[in-house]
Amino acid sequence: MGRRSGARAALDAGGVAIVKKVKVDGSKCQGHNRCHQLASELFDIDDYGYSHQKNDGVVPPELEEKALLAVENCPERAITLTDD
Amino acid sequence: MANEPVKSWETDYDIFSKEYIKDPFPIWDDLREKCPVAHTERWGGSWMPTRYEDLFNIAKDIQHFSSRDVLVAPGGPPPDEDMEPDEDFPEELRNYDVGAPPITSDPPVHTWARKLLLPPFSAKSIEMWEPETRALCASLVDGFIENGRADAAVDYAQQIPPRVIASMLGIPTEDADTFTGWVRNFLELGLTNTDLQGEAAREIFPYLWDRIQEHKEHPKDDLIGYLLNSEVDGEPVPDTHVLGTSFLILLAGIDTTWSSIGSALWHLAQHPDDRARLVAEPELITVAVEELLRAYSPVTMARYVAEDVQYDGCKMSEGDRVLMNFPAANRDPNVFEDPDKVIIDRKKNPHIAFGVGIHRCAGSNLARMEMQVSIEEWLKRIPDFRLENPEVVTWAGGQVRGPRSMPVVWPS
Repeated sequence: MGRRSGARAALDAGGVAIVKKVKVDGSKCQGHNRCHQLASELFDIDDYGYSHQKNDGVVPPELEEKALLAVENCPERAITLTDD
Repeated sequence: MANEPVKSWETDYDIFSKEYIKDPFPIWDDLREKCPVAHTERWGGSWMPTRYEDLFNIAKDIQHFSSRDVLVAPGGPPPDEDMEPDEDFPEELRNYDVGAPPITSDPPVHTWARKLLLPPFSAKSIEMWEPETRALCASLVDGFIENGRADAAVDYAQQIPPRVIASMLGIPTEDADTFTGWVRNFLELGLTNTDLQGEAAREIFPYLWDRIQEHKEHPKDDLIGYLLNSEVDGEPVPDTHVLGTSFLILLAGIDTTWSSIGSALWHLAQHPDDRARLVAEPELITVAVEELLRAYSPVTMARYVAEDVQYDGCKMSEGDRVLMNFPAANRDPNVFEDPDKVIIDRKKNPHIAFGVGIHRCAGSNLARMEMQVSIEEWLKRIPDFRLENPEVVTWAGGQVRGPRSMPVVWPS
């Protein structure tokens, strides 16, 4: 995925948009389904219930709050939210 | 031993005492501060952590903390000397010790046993069962709404999970009350009464064995059918494994969820603001269910110390048991702000009511769906209700906590 244009993304010092990304650590996920419940736009669940980030993990600015909720509610501490 | 008063909660706790069953919360708060891993000699002896971080760590350390025994006071069925054995039930299984995989197994068996069980319990698969659950809840409400009163535990909460799980497994829903009786005798009363537990085991296993044989003769598209049709390493899943897993599904799917539904209604009966909010903002139900699961987590599992280990200054020896007090972890102020307050739209809530690590409750999506639907259907018809008399509410406790009798009234 490239940089999004026109979104209200934060800019770094050089004026480049900062893209936030979520990532599910597959070795930690145990399929609690909490992230999908809170932010189905950002996570896909496989047939066994394990989660994977959608769309290469890119978090549009309007979903940042939901991404943070997913991080904070994961009992396995399997999700990270980072600046790309 | 059981009825002697507790001398010290730090060194002599009794999870089956009246005080603990009725109101364990202040005991946990005290222990978290003073003695975060308590110990008792009662009921065969066990350790009991109460801090979130400790429960998290122990659940993840499957090398030292095995799941081969998940009940803290396990008697196991005694030999059935006086009982006429069921003729159809294979002799080699008459020690009634087939286990309940994957909950009672460690890797490598756990790995394939769990993989087998996860697809039919995924959130997507569980959606299929929602309409039937909703219709069941609505029909239960129909049965008592005109009376202006009901026992929300007996007439409602207790009726839902056994019927849904029977339907999923593919065993007669008419036998639901029998299943409930078995589960109570095995898990609720049976933990402190091995005769009762043994009696229940000697009824449950042959019953399920017969249903499994029927499924083999007349294949059906249900959970037992799915297990029988599945393969592991190119071989069909052995019948004994299907038996153990069916036993697990039947047992684990009943009094746990019924306890959660009951506790949720117990809370709502006493909190008009929360009721009003759920009625006005029905979309809050999913986070509300998680919060009710946190505050009234029903299940305390156990682990078996597989090799000597020192944990937080406690010398645990092989064969010791550890009580996985997930309910206490979920009230830890280090993780949850205002933990004793139910905040129906709580934002940060990484509760471990369904456990954490590789033994995360396989039925969690089913439990959530049943809780959500049962609360929705109740509030839709009975938005305003209260406990008839808080003093007469009775609770079950020990390893599964929830109300067992809870008369409620509403304006009719």
